[in-house]
Amino acid sequence: MRYSDPIRIAYNSLVAAKLRFFLTVLGIVIGVAAVIMVMGIGASAQGLVLSQVKKVGSDLIGILPGASEEEGAPASALGIVTTTFKNDDLKALRERRSVPHFTAISGYVTGSATIESARESESVSFQGVSPEMIEVENIQVAEGRFFFPEEESNLSRVIVLGSTRAAELFPDRSAVGETVRFKDIPFKVVGVLEERGSTAFSNPDTLVYVPLETAQKLLLGIDYLNFARGKVDDVAHIDQTIADVEELLRKRHDLEDDEESDFSVRSTAAALDVLTSITDVLKYFLMAIASLSLLVGGIGIMNSMLISVSQRIREIGLRKAVGARPKHIIRQFLIESAFITCLGGILGIILGIGLTFVASIIIKALGYEWEFLVPLISLALGFGVSLVIGIVFGIYPAIKASRVTTMEALRYE
Amino acid sequence: MTLITAKNLSKIYDNEGVKTQALADASFSIEKGEFVAIMGPSGSGKSTLMQILGLLDRPTGGTYFLKDKDVSKMTDDELAQMRNSEIGFVFQAFNLLPRTTVFENVELPLLYDEHPIKDTKERVMEALRAVNLEHRAFYYSNQLSGGEKQRAAIARALVNDPAIIFADEPTGNLDSKSGLQVMLILQALNESGATIILVTHETDTAEHAKRIIRMLDGRIVSDELVANRQFANSKGELTK
Repeated sequence: MRYSDPIRIAYNSLVAAKLRFFLTVLGIVIGVAAVIMVMGIGASAQGLVLSQVKKVGSDLIGILPGASEEEGAPASALGIVTTTFKNDDLKALRERRSVPHFTAISGYVTGSATIESARESESVSFQGVSPEMIEVENIQVAEGRFFFPEEESNLSRVIVLGSTRAAELFPDRSAVGETVRFKDIPFKVVGVLEERGSTAFSNPDTLVYVPLETAQKLLLGIDYLNFARGKVDDVAHIDQTIADVEELLRKRHDLEDDEESDFSVRSTAAALDVLTSITDVLKYFLMAIASLSLLVGGIGIMNSMLISVSQRIREIGLRKAVGARPKHIIRQFLIESAFITCLGGILGIILGIGLTFVASIIIKALGYEWEFLVPLISLALGFGVSLVIGIVFGIYPAIKASRVTTMEALRYE
Repeated sequence: MTLITAKNLSKIYDNEGVKTQALADASFSIEKGEFVAIMGPSGSGKSTLMQILGLLDRPTGGTYFLKDKDVSKMTDDELAQMRNSEIGFVFQAFNLLPRTTVFENVELPLLYDEHPIKDTKERVMEALRAVNLEHRAFYYSNQLSGGEKQRAAIARALVNDPAIIFADEPTGNLDSKSGLQVMLILQALNESGATIILVTHETDTAEHAKRIIRMLDGRIVSDELVANRQFANSKGELTK
C-alpha cells in the first residue's frame, strides 16, 4: 500500500457523502472558530481594561476611606460611605516631610447635578477635585485653564468641562468665559479639557469638574473626601509611600496598634494585578465554554463515522475479502475523521480570525481603543484539540468497522 | 500441482447454544488449472464450503492445505494476506464500490498488497482487457450494465494474479445472455491456466465447469467430471 492510498480512499469516501461530510466539518469549524474568537476577544478586552488602568498611571496611589481585606474590594467600592477621610488629612499628606515621594495629590468628591447653558439642560456627573488633579491624572487642558491653588478652598464658582460635555453645552462657540447654572448656582467656565477617550465603564469626557471645597460645601454639603489620588516620583518608591501614608493617617486618626485602619491605600500596580487575575479567570471560563462546542463537534464526528460504518458495511466486507487487514480498515476510518477535523480546524481558524477581526472593527467603531488580537495559543489550542477530538471520537467507529465479519458484511442488504 | 487439499472439513455454527452442522466430513483435492463447480440447493453447505476454501471463515474440524500451507493455523492477518495474494472473488451481487470508477474498483486488491506495486496501471488495464472492459475503465461503477459490472468484478478478481478464482453464483443477478458472457470469460480464463471454483445451484451453469462436486445437507454426495460440458460463444449463445 502506498502512503497516498489511504488518504485517497478516505477522500473518496468523504466526498461520496457530501452533505454529511459538510455538516460534520461545520460542527468542528464552529467549535474552533468559537475558541479562537473567545480567546481573541477575551485577550483584547483584558488589554483594554488593563490599558485603561495603565493610562491612569502605574505610579499612582489611591487612598480610600474604610477598611478592607488585603485582596478584597475597598469598602467604598461596595457603596459603604465612610466619613473619616477629611480635607485636613489631604493637607497633611501634602507635606513633604511626612510623605516625601508624592509629587502631587488630589482629593476627590463625586456627585451628579443638572447643568444648564443657554441652550441645553443636562444631568451630569461631576467631580470636586484639587488643582493638582490634572498633574495626577496626566490630563492636558485644551482651552482656558485649570483651577488655581487658592480656588480649592475659597468656594470659587468656577467649572472646567470635559471635551464632549463642552461641545454639547456650547455647540457653536467656545465654552470658556461662558456662564452656566450648575445646581441653580451660576458658575463661570474657565477651561475645557482635551479629549481623553472612553474607558471600559465610563466616559470621562462627559464629566465636569469644580474645585474640591466648592463641591463639598456648595453642591454636596459634606466635609469628607470620597478618595484621594497621589502621584509618586518614582515607581520604585510606591511601597515606601504606601507605608508613609498608612503611618501618617493612622497617627492622625489616633489608631492603636491593634486597631484596624479606617482607610485603605492601594497602588495602581496592585489594582492591575487584581484586575489581571479577575480577567484571567473570566477568559479561561469563556474558553472552557467555547471548548464545549468543540466537544459537541467531536460527538458529531463520532455520530457521522458510526453512520458511515453502518452504511459502508458491504464496502468494509469487500475490502477485507480482497485482503484488507483490520489495521487497514482502522487506518482508513481514522484518516477520514482526522481529515474532517483538519479541514474543520483550518476553516475554523480562518473563520475565527475573520469574525474576531469583524468584531474588532465594530468595537473600534463604538469608540473603544480596541486592539485586534489573535493569541497564537488559541490557534494551536483550537486546531490541536479538534485533531485530538477527531482521533479520539474516530477510534470507536474505526474499531467497530475493523471488526465487521467479512461474510456477514458481504451479504448485508 | 495440488492447490487445495481438504480432509474431513466440518463447520458447526453455534448460535447462542443452538448448534447447526453446515458442513460435515468434506474431503477432496483440487489441482491447478481445474474448473470445479460446487453445486447444491440452498442450505446444502456449498456457500459454507466456499467461505472456508476462500479463507473467509475457518472450519471447526478437519484440515485444509492451500498451496501446501496449513491455513487453519494462520492468524487473521496472515489469512488476509493469503486472500490478497492467492484468491480472487466474484460475488453474485458484484460488490463494486459505488461512486468509484471501474479502474479504482479493479485496483482495490493491489492497494492492500504487502509490497507497493509500481505497475498498478498496467495491471489494472490488463485485467480489464481480459474481460473486454477497457473502454469503461473511467466510468463510475453505477454507470455500468449488470453484465459489465460482473465483468469488472472478474477483472478485480484477476488483477493480483491469484492462484484460485472463487465465483459465488456469478450469473445469479444477470439475464441469461449476460450470464453466458460471464461464463464464457470464466471458461476462457480457465483455458489460459486459471483455476476456478464456481458455486451455483443451477445445473446449466455448473455444466460449464469440468468437474462438479454435488452437495446436500452439508455433505458431498458426488464428485465427478462433466460428461456433456456446455460452452458459451461470444454472442452469448450456448454451444454444447
